[in-house]
Amino acid sequence: MNAYPYFLELLQVLALAAVAPLFAGWVKMLKCWSQGRTSPSLLQPVSDLRKLFAKEVLLAENASWIFRFTPYLVFGIAVLAGGIIPILSVDLPLARTADVIALVALFAIARFFTALAGMDVGTAFGGMGSSREMTIASLAEPAMLMAIFTISLGSASTSLAQIVSSIQSGQLLLRPSFAFAILAFVLIALAETGRIPVDNPATHLELTMIHEAMILEYSGRHLALIEWAGMMKLSLYCFLGIAAFFPWGIAASRDMRALGLAFVALVLKLGVLGVGIVLVETGLAKMRIFRLTEFLGAAFLMATLGMLSFFILE
Amino acid sequence: MGIEPLQAVCVALLLLLAMSVLGLLLHRSQNFLVAVSFAVSAAASLLAAGAGARCVARGSVSSVTLLLGLPELPFTLRLDPLAGFFLVVIGLLSLFVSVYSLGYVRGYLEQRPVTRLVVFYNLFLAGMLMVVLANDALFFLVAWEVMAVSSYFLVVFEDERVENRRAGFLYLVVAHVGAVAILLSFGIMAGLGTGFESFAGYSFDMMRQTSLPPAWATAAFLLAFFGFAAKAGVIPFHVWLPEAHPVAPSNVSALMSGVMLKTAIYGIVRVAFDLLRDAPWWWGVIILVFGLLSAVLGVLYALMQNDLKRLLAYSSVENVGIILIGVGLSLIFRSFDLHLLAALALTAGLYHALSHALFKGLLFMGAGAVLHATGERNMERMGGLIHRMPWTAALFLVGAVSISALPPFNGFVSEWLTFQAFLLSPSLPQPMMKLLIPMGAALLALTSALAAVCFVKAFGVTFLGHWRGRDLPRAHEAGWAMRAGMLSAALACLALGVFPPLVIDWMDAVTLQLVGTKIGTPVAGLGWLWLTPVAADRASYSGGIVFLGLLVCIPAVYLLLHIRPGGIQRVPAWDCGFEKLTPRMQYTGTAFAMPLRRIFGFLFGIRERVTPVTRPGQSAFPVRIGYSLRVRDRVWSWCYAPIALVSFALARQVGRLQQGRIQSYLIYSFVTIIVLLVFLR
Repeated sequence: MNAYPYFLELLQVLALAAVAPLFAGWVKMLKCWSQGRTSPSLLQPVSDLRKLFAKEVLLAENASWIFRFTPYLVFGIAVLAGGIIPILSVDLPLARTADVIALVALFAIARFFTALAGMDVGTAFGGMGSSREMTIASLAEPAMLMAIFTISLGSASTSLAQIVSSIQSGQLLLRPSFAFAILAFVLIALAETGRIPVDNPATHLELTMIHEAMILEYSGRHLALIEWAGMMKLSLYCFLGIAAFFPWGIAASRDMRALGLAFVALVLKLGVLGVGIVLVETGLAKMRIFRLTEFLGAAFLMATLGMLSFFILE
Repeated sequence: MGIEPLQAVCVALLLLLAMSVLGLLLHRSQNFLVAVSFAVSAAASLLAAGAGARCVARGSVSSVTLLLGLPELPFTLRLDPLAGFFLVVIGLLSLFVSVYSLGYVRGYLEQRPVTRLVVFYNLFLAGMLMVVLANDALFFLVAWEVMAVSSYFLVVFEDERVENRRAGFLYLVVAHVGAVAILLSFGIMAGLGTGFESFAGYSFDMMRQTSLPPAWATAAFLLAFFGFAAKAGVIPFHVWLPEAHPVAPSNVSALMSGVMLKTAIYGIVRVAFDLLRDAPWWWGVIILVFGLLSAVLGVLYALMQNDLKRLLAYSSVENVGIILIGVGLSLIFRSFDLHLLAALALTAGLYHALSHALFKGLLFMGAGAVLHATGERNMERMGGLIHRMPWTAALFLVGAVSISALPPFNGFVSEWLTFQAFLLSPSLPQPMMKLLIPMGAALLALTSALAAVCFVKAFGVTFLGHWRGRDLPRAHEAGWAMRAGMLSAALACLALGVFPPLVIDWMDAVTLQLVGTKIGTPVAGLGWLWLTPVAADRASYSGGIVFLGLLVCIPAVYLLLHIRPGGIQRVPAWDCGFEKLTPRMQYTGTAFAMPLRRIFGFLFGIRERVTPVTRPGQSAFPVRIGYSLRVRDRVWSWCYAPIALVSFALARQVGRLQQGRIQSYLIYSFVTIIVLLVFLR
């Protein structure tokens, strides 16, 4: 049996694990430049992770096995998702294991257990973070599914490898449902990865936190795993957007040149996406939590409109 | 096995009926009664489930005629793949719940004798088995009544409390209104088949052969649908569910929620797919719309509840809605002759029926264990139970993860199949469908996301954090019988999530019988790992590999990082530097659901009141603050209160006839005789 796809799978996962902190560093650098501050180096998140891995873990007296299990689960799911999304190549053995619906559900498991871990220690901040995060997710996840359905209707498949192949073969360029889906996906990706205007990832005020509030009690290697998984989640959503909307460059054949080209294309696209993220984050302010209903409702509406327009026009 | 499946089920029925009679005789020795009775019902359930599984695997149809019933219409039993499937659903969960009851019912022994519980439990199981097997309308209705009445007596088992009696009464009323509708529906189908001449038209075989004129067929379908929907708990007929399920003993709640609602689904499927042959597309639309309504409203009401069992009851309303979505889609596809898609949608609905029985049974069993240990049903007074009841907590977590449709458990598989059915529907020619299908998919996605929130709340508030009650908790772990029942249900949930192609391959006989095709997931070689309903490049999911992936990745990461020796130090919670942390500072269930209550509040009748108590002259600094929240089901005030008002008004008007004087009564009799003589010669 040919071992090349498995090698590719491993390469992709390692690339994700390595690129995620660098991408987070790149976004931080651009943000500082756009705000006129001196930026930390590109490798700062890597140093932060190294520091956290070396530190000791302190567990609350009340923490149960769910609290200890969650960091490993969240990181494992991020790794598994990295093996499913076509980042460098379409020829992945794990791509048939889970389609986009299963991918959304995998992220949902990670969120489920993180919310439980937030409630585990019995502090007010943890419960607050869990409550807000689950509320936002309950509105964002349906919108995400609708956006994905719109794309999958266009390429007649819910398998990501199939979607990438059909877009690369040039069938899907100018559909109105596509436009609705892209718009909805951008709004939802901002919500799910916890960026402004939904959640400020750099805040230190606990009452404004959503994702950070759930992980306040974590320390040491647990916190390192969760932070790393958070960075990987941001990269994964960028890769998902690239695969679903701009997949040109992902290797469809098996030679090394295509792979190299795919890697270069990936770096370029991530660079552009970083600029886009920073423009949104610097230009908008964080919304009040009850204004998020309108934000996510707009995303949901646009995704459903995309699906409706597919049914009616195509 | 040399025994035919139908014979095995008859033996199971006889065992259950015999045990319910024997239970009366064993009233003196309660411990022995509990042990024997639930062992017998477990054995009977196992027999029934095995027989059903055998029947579906073989795709066989067999029937037998009993010597009871009317002269022209003896009771007939028929075991075909559809009945076999529902026998598996009933038998499997009853097996687990009977094992669980061995431990649970003992908890009642110190307060009261449980003879009633045991006798009616066996009758209830027997009634459900008979409903599924019945092949003529009379036997069906007799079995339906046995099921309804025995479950009424089970619901009012603790009848010293007024609210239990009220809940039981409401349940009985709604069940009988539904039964009347079902009776009328069968009457239409039977009467128009034989021209109102003989009783033979009441047998299902005769109903299958007659073709009704479209208007009468529609009337029969609507009556049957509303009758069965009242029993299934479809909104707006669901009002008895959140009252009756919490007050019943928890093993009974598990059976009612897990299995009795499925017999109503069986009824709908039987009438719409089997007895009434040519269903127009808009019947499926009706089922789909009611399913969507129940799903969304059910989960939203569940989110607002603080009583653990009421939350689970509303969640059953939601899941019945999801099953009806699959059934409705299947009926729509079948009416457009898209048989493969109809098979896919029907498989999705039936898979969800089986999955829901398992995980809802597991959740109710867990709630029963918590109730048994703490004496509390109110989540706001619980918390931190994961430390005292680790097994119950872990098994309840399995149920919560399954019901939130998360891989690798079974709830995700049925939801995945339903989404695939929605996505394959662009091939429909009807314009209204083009609007309904995207809206349906959107509402289903919303429902599953809200269900996850609901169960994070249920598990988090009950088991995590600190104990929120006043007194010290006296909770202890559940006994071995309760744990065995829950563990087997949890393992079944995992098995259904990891091996869906095997189950779907087994279920092919059912879709073959009802829709005419099967999905045909290839099972040979390594095919049993991949769920590829239509085509492999269209969509594929492998529950087994996802499960394996999680099993490999997580310990790998753990082992890579756990290279240093020594345990982890335990310290007080950090909480950003607050020192004086009390259990009152935790998030309560009401607080957890607050954002969603604000967003979706227009759907409920909410009344929130804050009453500060202040010293005179210091209105800005209250001494004490009171808060009261009332969330009410709007269906009561919009549907049922007007009906009650109108009925009472009508009754008062009719009551004017009762004058109390014998002269008027004599005049009534005289006028009636004249009328009959003149008009009915």
